[in-house]
Amino acid sequence: MNVLGSLAVASLLAGLGFVGGQAAGLRPVFGTLIPYAAFVTFLLGVSYRILVWMRSPVPFRIPTTCGQQKSLPWIKSSRLENPSSTLGVIGRMALEIGLFRSLFRDTRVELREGPRLAYGEARLLWLGALLFHWSLLFVVLRHLRFFLEPVPAVVNVLASVDSFFQVGAPGLYVTDVVLTGALGYLLLRRLVNPQVRYISLFADYFALFLLLGIAVSGILMRYVVRIDTVAAKQLALGLVTFSPVLPEKVGPLFFVHLFLLSVLAAYFPFSKLMHMGGVFLSPTRNLANTSRMRRHINPWNSPVKVHTYEEWEDEFRDKIKAAGLPLEKE
Amino acid sequence: MAEEAPKPEKLAQVDYRPPGRDWRDPAVELRKGTFCYSAAPKHLEYLGLPNPRPWQPSDADWKLPADWKQIILAGMKDRLERFRSFRLFMDICVRCGACADKCHFYIGSGDPKNMPVLRAELMRSVYRRYFTAAGRLLGPLAGGRELTEDVVKEWFYYFYQCTECRRCSVFCPFGIDTAEVTMMGRELLTLVGCNINWILEPVANSYRTGNHLGIQPHALKDSLDFAVGELEEMTGIRVEAPIGKKGAEILYVIPSAETFGTPHYYTLLGSLLLFHAIGLDYTFSAYASEGGNFGLFTSHEMMKRLNAKIYAEARRLGVKWILGGECGHMWRVVHQYMDTMNGPADFLEEPVSPVTGTRFEHARSTKMVHICEFTADLIRNGKLRLDPSRNDHWSATFHDSCNPARSMGLIEEPRFILRSVMNRFHEMPENTIKERTFCCGSGSGLGTDENFEMRMRGGLPRANAVRHVRDRFGVNLVACVCAIDKATLPPLLEYWVPGVSVAGVHELVGNALVVEGEKERTTDLRGEPTGAGARAAETPAHE
Amino acid sequence: MSDRGLIVGGLVLFLALVTLPLWFNVAAGTTSKLPELTLPEGKDPFGTAEYMRASHMDLLMTWRDEVVRNQERTVVGLDGKTYAKSLTGTCLACHVNRATFCDRCHDYAAVKPTCWECHLEPRPVQRAAQ
Repeated sequence: MNVLGSLAVASLLAGLGFVGGQAAGLRPVFGTLIPYAAFVTFLLGVSYRILVWMRSPVPFRIPTTCGQQKSLPWIKSSRLENPSSTLGVIGRMALEIGLFRSLFRDTRVELREGPRLAYGEARLLWLGALLFHWSLLFVVLRHLRFFLEPVPAVVNVLASVDSFFQVGAPGLYVTDVVLTGALGYLLLRRLVNPQVRYISLFADYFALFLLLGIAVSGILMRYVVRIDTVAAKQLALGLVTFSPVLPEKVGPLFFVHLFLLSVLAAYFPFSKLMHMGGVFLSPTRNLANTSRMRRHINPWNSPVKVHTYEEWEDEFRDKIKAAGLPLEKE
Repeated sequence: MAEEAPKPEKLAQVDYRPPGRDWRDPAVELRKGTFCYSAAPKHLEYLGLPNPRPWQPSDADWKLPADWKQIILAGMKDRLERFRSFRLFMDICVRCGACADKCHFYIGSGDPKNMPVLRAELMRSVYRRYFTAAGRLLGPLAGGRELTEDVVKEWFYYFYQCTECRRCSVFCPFGIDTAEVTMMGRELLTLVGCNINWILEPVANSYRTGNHLGIQPHALKDSLDFAVGELEEMTGIRVEAPIGKKGAEILYVIPSAETFGTPHYYTLLGSLLLFHAIGLDYTFSAYASEGGNFGLFTSHEMMKRLNAKIYAEARRLGVKWILGGECGHMWRVVHQYMDTMNGPADFLEEPVSPVTGTRFEHARSTKMVHICEFTADLIRNGKLRLDPSRNDHWSATFHDSCNPARSMGLIEEPRFILRSVMNRFHEMPENTIKERTFCCGSGSGLGTDENFEMRMRGGLPRANAVRHVRDRFGVNLVACVCAIDKATLPPLLEYWVPGVSVAGVHELVGNALVVEGEKERTTDLRGEPTGAGARAAETPAHE
Repeated sequence: MSDRGLIVGGLVLFLALVTLPLWFNVAAGTTSKLPELTLPEGKDPFGTAEYMRASHMDLLMTWRDEVVRNQERTVVGLDGKTYAKSLTGTCLACHVNRATFCDRCHDYAAVKPTCWECHLEPRPVQRAAQ
């Protein structure tokens, strides 16, 4: 139900984009209005979500420590897995965000006869996720060629590196293949692994289908059902220079691509995709384990009722006395 | 209880296939042996907690207050605004499932709602329904779920089926910590009076008498005197065990179980002997006679209420700094919460070892040092005379307790001590120790008899790793630095790996410690004969 | 222990990055005007302008393969005439200036064709002599 439902919605959206690109009357809506609205929603939405997170304080210093603490000078502390300095935290966060350090620890457990628990390596999810995210970043950066004029040399370098394996014309981008492959793996994993399938929600499939839709329409436009690239760039530049143009013919798939992207951008702030911003704020990762070195301040450290020593002594005075233990008041 | 529980062979038949039923259906079957009994109303009354009443989780009517739903939703809103961890962890999970088989309860039960991701989703689905625009608008389509009484029951069942061990958090790519979610869940349940007795009774006791077991000052004195007497019999040495001594240099705070329970008690003996050997000027306290803090398993406020006693007592007694004993969750509280909640401890001094002169700079603000840090420093500086052969009847492994491992990073100190005080030490598989250590299955207040089956299930991964080193190296002892471990590992090991005992690190220190003036030691601190072969009968043959 | 500065700073940096095209193009004085091409007279005998814009590289690659692999050196255009399958000889015979025709769009779309790695650009001088 979640799978088919999200696939249906994503397909419907793709169809909508297609129609929007074909019908002359709708083109200003799909080519100008919706992209602008989506982009504004993205910017405001992401900012709002981050600010909401920011407004909630971090009352306690609660890093998850994954290595030896810094204690005695002759015990080697784990600077990255259990950082005690800002530099260590930056390193830990860099590993986490750039290389998915924690996911790299993934294992698979199997209960065998005996009973005997066997733990196996399980790095496929890590690999798939890493490939997906890095290719997506490359693909996004490559797309700057449509949004910048003149095109900076660095974008050209990126593109030529990416099309290192020169297959046909236009050159085949490695990231196109990897991105789609990794997305396919992530989707397949959700469908095939019974546990993951059990926990997957509509939103989980929807995000994958949207991304797949965008990737596939992009790939088709480049390699199969060619579009007029120059017209596409003109439209893109028109948007970012606030002088929107709607070229006569860009190619039917272009509007599918653009509309799905718009949907993704607008959906982004309200979805789990916000993990992009959230990972930076995770208090179990971005705090140094200096809890006993420096006092962490809780802004709302609420007063509580305690059982004071005086009350306690009053309650047990006779017994304390009988046991010969010292008292404050005899 | 143990007799009613299913046999290990049966329990080990775990079915990991998810049921056909959608997880969003909250109906939960409260099977005997897998949940804890409700807290007695008198404890709630004593602590001023809401909705005290007689009830049991197995009742159809939980007698929630009339406006329970508003209370919970208001409580959620309040906590979302006060804890970034909570709000963030409600928002950013992508349900990748990396955490699923990292939870000992999932491994041992196969119940999908014991996957950390789903345990948190039980809360997230309600969060989405009431606190996000999409959820309010689209409901189930946006992953939202109505808050019903069944959901409250489901929360109770599964939030008291999590030991807040933080293992999942190690593997989560965003560091999502189910313990944070479970803690919030338990706070919300507390708001409508759904607590368990195994937690609230110790809390009430601790609040009143100063310790979990409700030991009153004179009884504490008696048991420490008894320990002093026993120690004298075994070693010929009479040690001091001062209580409430003003002007002592150090306040020593231990989990109160050390004064009554075994094998905790031997750890107490070991530390008493150690302090005598180095001539430490220290004192116990009857008011702050508990390092453990079951407030951690109730609410942040309750944690603060109980923890306040430690600094208050340190100030009253005029000590320079505080030493803490072997206790897992106590160190979570001391390390990550105490200074923030009840500090600043500006009336204390930066801890310095009076024996070695070592400054414990890493504890310069909180001013509390772990006894393993303290002892490791002593050994390293050659201040102790040790005879490791006195532990030759043991072949040990070390069980990292969740909180010292994952909320502090106390990893090498106890290992260094163990390697110094004994000859036979073997690590369990890498995947089950240090930051990836497996919980005993009974932490966070779940170590009660009525919860026996679930505890055995949750403890399966730990016990299984012990079995591995028992079979491979003939390990017959699990050393640890946690009072809950000492209470709950023995029945767990008895169930899954008979023949393996449990001991505190400082029990083994006490065994090996050569103290001036001692008589010839023929027994260990348990009063049992020492030397290799002494326990050979219990060591199973290698496979 | 307020981390608000850090968070706001990070957010601003993020917003600056995702809106980079807006600032960049303002600074570069870019408009949505299309590149201007020097167009030859008459109709292209190998396809419509629309087809050419999207797929000229397919045509060229097909020609290359047919010439090199199958020795098929000629092609009949839409106008019924026979042409040599030649980039420099046929295409550039009409589209005389690479710089004001090919390069304009290729630079605009940041597509670097490999044609000129082997093919020499016919010089206007030679053309004048023919």
